[in-house]
Amino acid sequence: MTDHDNEQNSGERRYWLDDPRNVNKIVWALVVVCFGLFFADGFYAKHGLFSVEHLFAFYALFGFVMCVCLVLIAKWMRTFLMRPEDHYEPDD
Amino acid sequence: MIDFSPGLILIFGAALVPFLHGKARCIFMLTLPLIGLILVFTLEPGAYAKIPLLGFELTTMRVDRLANIFGMIFFTAAALTVLYTLHDRDPLQQVAALIYSGSAVSAVYAGDLITLFVFWEISAVASVFLIWARRTERAYRAGMRYLIIQVGSGVFLLAGALFQAAETGSIAFDQFELGSLGTTLIFIGFGIKCAFPLLHNWLQDAYPEATVGGTVWLSVFTTKLAVYALARGFAGTEILIWIGAVMAVFPIFFAVIENDLRRVLAYSLNNQLGFMVVGIGVGSQLALNGAVAYAFCNILFEGLLFMAMGAVLFRAGTVKGSELGGLYKSMPWSAGFCIVGAASISAFPLFSGFISKSLILTALSEEGYLIPWLLLLFASAGVFHHAGIKIPFFAFFAHDSGIRVKEAPWNMLAAMAITAVLCVVIGLWPSQFYTLLPYPVDYQPYTTEHVINQYQLLLFSALAFTWLVRTGLYPPEMRSVNLDFDVTYRTGLPLLTAAFVRTFGPIDQGARRAMLRLFRTIVNHIYRHHGPEGALARSVGAGSMVFWVVAMLAGYLVISLTSF
Repeated sequence: MTDHDNEQNSGERRYWLDDPRNVNKIVWALVVVCFGLFFADGFYAKHGLFSVEHLFAFYALFGFVMCVCLVLIAKWMRTFLMRPEDHYEPDD
Repeated sequence: MIDFSPGLILIFGAALVPFLHGKARCIFMLTLPLIGLILVFTLEPGAYAKIPLLGFELTTMRVDRLANIFGMIFFTAAALTVLYTLHDRDPLQQVAALIYSGSAVSAVYAGDLITLFVFWEISAVASVFLIWARRTERAYRAGMRYLIIQVGSGVFLLAGALFQAAETGSIAFDQFELGSLGTTLIFIGFGIKCAFPLLHNWLQDAYPEATVGGTVWLSVFTTKLAVYALARGFAGTEILIWIGAVMAVFPIFFAVIENDLRRVLAYSLNNQLGFMVVGIGVGSQLALNGAVAYAFCNILFEGLLFMAMGAVLFRAGTVKGSELGGLYKSMPWSAGFCIVGAASISAFPLFSGFISKSLILTALSEEGYLIPWLLLLFASAGVFHHAGIKIPFFAFFAHDSGIRVKEAPWNMLAAMAITAVLCVVIGLWPSQFYTLLPYPVDYQPYTTEHVINQYQLLLFSALAFTWLVRTGLYPPEMRSVNLDFDVTYRTGLPLLTAAFVRTFGPIDQGARRAMLRLFRTIVNHIYRHHGPEGALARSVGAGSMVFWVVAMLAGYLVISLTSF
């Protein structure tokens, strides 16, 4: 813990994630894994009880599209729901 | 085996807490829930500790598998939270937390509605002190709102119990049928505590205002007690599927744009309850097992996330996403445990969320409910988005806020570590965990198809998040509050009251003035005739009486004389 504190105080230590190139590496790794998962859909037997589950890469597409929709709708909701932080504070 | 409700161990234990100091108090508080946990394993199914009351018989201890699994997780969570809050020497919080958790356990073991009501209300009243213990004006007001709503839910329960007793002659807490007035009132009482849509806002309002440890305590008991009550009373009630599906979906939108990370978790908790409520609504053995298993696992991973955010609040003094970032450098262990909680709540394979949530989704598809199933799938992706990614990302990673603090105290780390291990152990060995569930389980979560599908759903959600953040489409964390349904009673109700006063105030005053005038006129009139100077009240002397008698007789004489 002491070493750790010293490092913090000196402010010298660079962490692996501080380098934007390393962050890019993680993003590319995610893209590669997603690519693999997308095509993995052709290599197992599907037993889903709903017909939609049998669409190619249904879960992948559903996850991506719905998350984008979620964020964009939530962002739009801000336009009429967002208030200043002290909105509910009493006036006095 | 004991023959009293095991929650009483915590409730009566709480009374001794203020008399102990230092280490003795710590050890005592840690021992109480552990004794309770051991006792749960010794309990034999049956009804015990019966008390006669006004012609009814209260069953203060009904033991079966459903009650036991909740008893087990409640005691475990109590032990972990005591450990988490060990550094905090505030006796008010310690006593309140033990009474609160003890009454939640006793409510779980209640065999009749009156016993349930009593512990339901004790838990409501005790828990508000965990909010008030923050000792700020803001927390006081949030606590007041919380208390009114929680006690209100108990009032619905009691009213329902009385109607139920009048209709059926029984106060037993068993499976109910929705339809009669009594059961409807009970259903609403449970629904308020379970944060059904539009009845939910007390949760997001109050939980983030509690103390560091208080929020962890609150996240465990109140809503899960309601889940238990619904599972006991309304299993297989179809409307719950739809209520639960809506509950699972709408809070995730709010969670995405919320800045206070403990409030994000409160929205996430609401969404998680939705999954459990759907499971209860489906009502098959698989679905009920799923709902109970998910409640069990959720208490651990949601508690873990609240613990991690509590540690951040404790050290950094804030949990606002707009002010945090880069804390993994100062609090690496907390960040690690938070990620385990995030992976569990997102239902990554090998973590507890995966092996419990699957039971609900499978049960739903077995019964053929396509739309609720799609909604829950969306909610699963959404929960990964806001609880799985957003929480650790904005607190511990994102842009470096420059905040440098100490790692969380050892007791917080120990509590988080044990909880994290439990999340992983349950995820790795589900079959052992399944043996605790109320019904026998014949289910294999780890199939190639299921694991790939889950990874597809989650990693493509992560891909969406990454894409949105990198393109700048992701809404930034901003210092703000978002209006939710609570605007109706925090702003709407006062406005309505003001409008009411404005409209009816003049009418009321006019009516009062008119009444006053009328009254005065009547009084004046009476005074004139009956007052001291009034003709009818004047006192008359004996002489004048004689005079009038003589005058009358004289008049009579005159009339008699003239008539002849």
